[in-house]
Amino acid sequence: MTVAIEQGPAIRLRRAWSNRAMAAAEPWLYASPAIILLSAILLVPLAIGISYAFRDIQLLDPASGGYVGLAHFREIWNDANFWNALSNTLQWTITSVILQFIFGLILAIMLNRPFPGRALVQALVFLPWAVPAFLSGLNWAWLFNPVVGPIPHWMVALGLAAAPENILSDPSHALWGPIIAIVWWGVPFFAITLLAALQSIPKDIYEAAEIDGAGPLQRFLSITVPFLAPTIAITLLLRAVWISNSADLIVVMTRGGPADSTQIVASYIFTQAFQRLDFGYASAIAVVLLVILLVYSALLIFVRQKLIKAG
Amino acid sequence: MKGSPLRKTAFWVFHYAVISLYVIVALFPLYWLLKVSVTPNNLLYSEGVRMWPSRMTLDHYLSVIRHTEFPLFFRNSVIVAAGTAVFTTLFAAGAGYAFSRFVFRGKFWLIGLMLVTQMFPLVMIIAPIFRMFAPLGLTNSLTGLIIIYTAFNVPFAAFLMQSFFDAIPRELEEAAMIDGATRFGALRQIVLPLTMPGIAATLGFIFTAAWSELLFALMLNSKQDTTTFPVGLLTFVSKFSVDFGQMMAAGVLALIPVCIFFFLIQRHLVQGLTAGAVKG
Repeated sequence: MTVAIEQGPAIRLRRAWSNRAMAAAEPWLYASPAIILLSAILLVPLAIGISYAFRDIQLLDPASGGYVGLAHFREIWNDANFWNALSNTLQWTITSVILQFIFGLILAIMLNRPFPGRALVQALVFLPWAVPAFLSGLNWAWLFNPVVGPIPHWMVALGLAAAPENILSDPSHALWGPIIAIVWWGVPFFAITLLAALQSIPKDIYEAAEIDGAGPLQRFLSITVPFLAPTIAITLLLRAVWISNSADLIVVMTRGGPADSTQIVASYIFTQAFQRLDFGYASAIAVVLLVILLVYSALLIFVRQKLIKAG
Repeated sequence: MKGSPLRKTAFWVFHYAVISLYVIVALFPLYWLLKVSVTPNNLLYSEGVRMWPSRMTLDHYLSVIRHTEFPLFFRNSVIVAAGTAVFTTLFAAGAGYAFSRFVFRGKFWLIGLMLVTQMFPLVMIIAPIFRMFAPLGLTNSLTGLIIIYTAFNVPFAAFLMQSFFDAIPRELEEAAMIDGATRFGALRQIVLPLTMPGIAATLGFIFTAAWSELLFALMLNSKQDTTTFPVGLLTFVSKFSVDFGQMMAAGVLALIPVCIFFFLIQRHLVQGLTAGAVKG
C-alpha cells in the first residue's frame, strides 16, 4: 500500500483501471470456451440454415439453390399437414411435460426422505433414463403389439378394450403410445434434477422451521417450493423444447402414422428433409417452429426472473 | 413425525407402495427386453405374452458378438460418450460459474443466446454442419461427433451447473478470499468439492445423451469403423427384416455401459455434501 502511494496518482489510477478491466473480463473468461464452441458449431450453421428457408435447396438437384423469397412460407400457410402437425405437437408436448413433471416431483420427494433400501430403489427407478430414446421407443412399440406384447391383453382383461388391438394403429389414440414411452423415459430426468435441487436445500432451514412449529405441509410450501422454483422453471422450459423438437421416438414407433395422427412438426420436418430431400421447405418449417418456441421461452425466462427476485 | 404409531405405519405402507409401483413400472419394459433377448426364435410369437419363455437361449447374444460389428460400434460409442461428457462438463462448469457468481453486462443476452441454441430443431443444421465438417476431416470421425455433441449439451449443462453453484453459499468462498485465496483458488478448493454431486449428475446426463444420439451420427458417419451403437441398431433393423431376438440382445448390450456409469455416479448423487459443509 505504501509503495502505491509513493508511486503517485497516475500509476494508482492506471492500476485501478486495469483491476476494473480484469474484474469485468473475469466472467467472460470462465464462459468463453462455451461461447466460442456454441458460436462455431451451432450459431453459424443456424444462420446458414435460416438462409436455406428463403432458397430452393433440393439435395439431389445441383441446379437448385436460387432465392425464392417467402414462397416457402406461403406454402406452409396453405399446408393442411403442417397445421395438423402443429396441433399434434401441442398435445404431445404439453401432455408429456406435465406427466413427466408430476411423476418426477412425486418420485424426487419420495427419494429425498431416507429409508432402508433407498440407494437401490433410486438406482432402479432412474434406470429408464439410461435407455437410449429410440430403443425405449422400440421397446414400447413391442409392449403395445398384441402379437408379442402383454399390454393389449391386459387392457382386455381390465375391460378397457373389447379385443386385443395395437393402440399404435388406432388413429384416435395412437399418440398416447409415444407419449407413454417418452414419459416412462423422461420421469427419471425430472426426478434427478429435482432431487439434486432438494438435496442442496440446507437442512438447518427445515430444522429451524420445525422448531418454530411449522408442519410438514407448511415446510413444503414455504421452504421447498421457493427453493425449487428456479430449477423447476428452467427444467420445464428446456424439457418442453426438447420434447417438441424430438422426432426420434415418433419416427421409430409410428413414423407419423396412422393417417398422420402422430405426425408432429419435428417429424414432419424430418420427413420433408430426408424423404423428399427438400431442405429449403424443411428449413422454412423449422424457422416457423423456432419462432413459436422463442416466444414461449421469452415468457418462461420472464417468469423465472420474477421467481428469483421473489426468492 | 410426531403422529401416532398407527399413522406412522400407514405413512410408511403408503410410501413403500408408491415406491414399489415406480420400481415395477420402471423395470417392466427392460425386463421384457431381456425376456425377448433370451427367447428362442420359434417360441417368440407362440409364447409372446408369457412372463418367461419355457426354454431360454443365449444364441442371440452369441451371434451378435460373433457375427456382427456391434463390438466395434460399442467401442466407438464409449469413446464418443465419455469424451462428450468430460468436455461438456468442463465447459459448462465455467459458464455456469460465471452465471452464478457474476453480475455483468451482456449476461442476459448471453443466457438468451444459450437458450436459442436449444430452441431450434437440430434437423435444420445438419446440411450446414456437413458442409463445414467435411473439408476439416470431421465427417467419418469420432472427434467430429464429440465436438458437435459437446456443443449440443453445453447450454443445458451450464444451466444445471449454475443452479448447483447457486445453492452453495457465497460466504464460504468470500471467507476464503478474505483469507488471501484468489477467486480461482476459492473455486477450486471450496466450491468444486461441494459441487461434486452436481458435477456427477451432469456427467451422467451428458454421457447418456451422447450415448443415445442417432441423427447426427447417422448423417455424418457413413463408414463402419466410426459407426456408433444406435446407428448400428437402426441399420440392423432395416437390413435384416427385424430379427427381434438379436436386436433386443444388442439392445441389452447397449444398456451395459450406461448402467455401469450410472451406478458409479449414484453414490455422489446421494451424498449430502452441501448440508454437511454448511453445518460443520
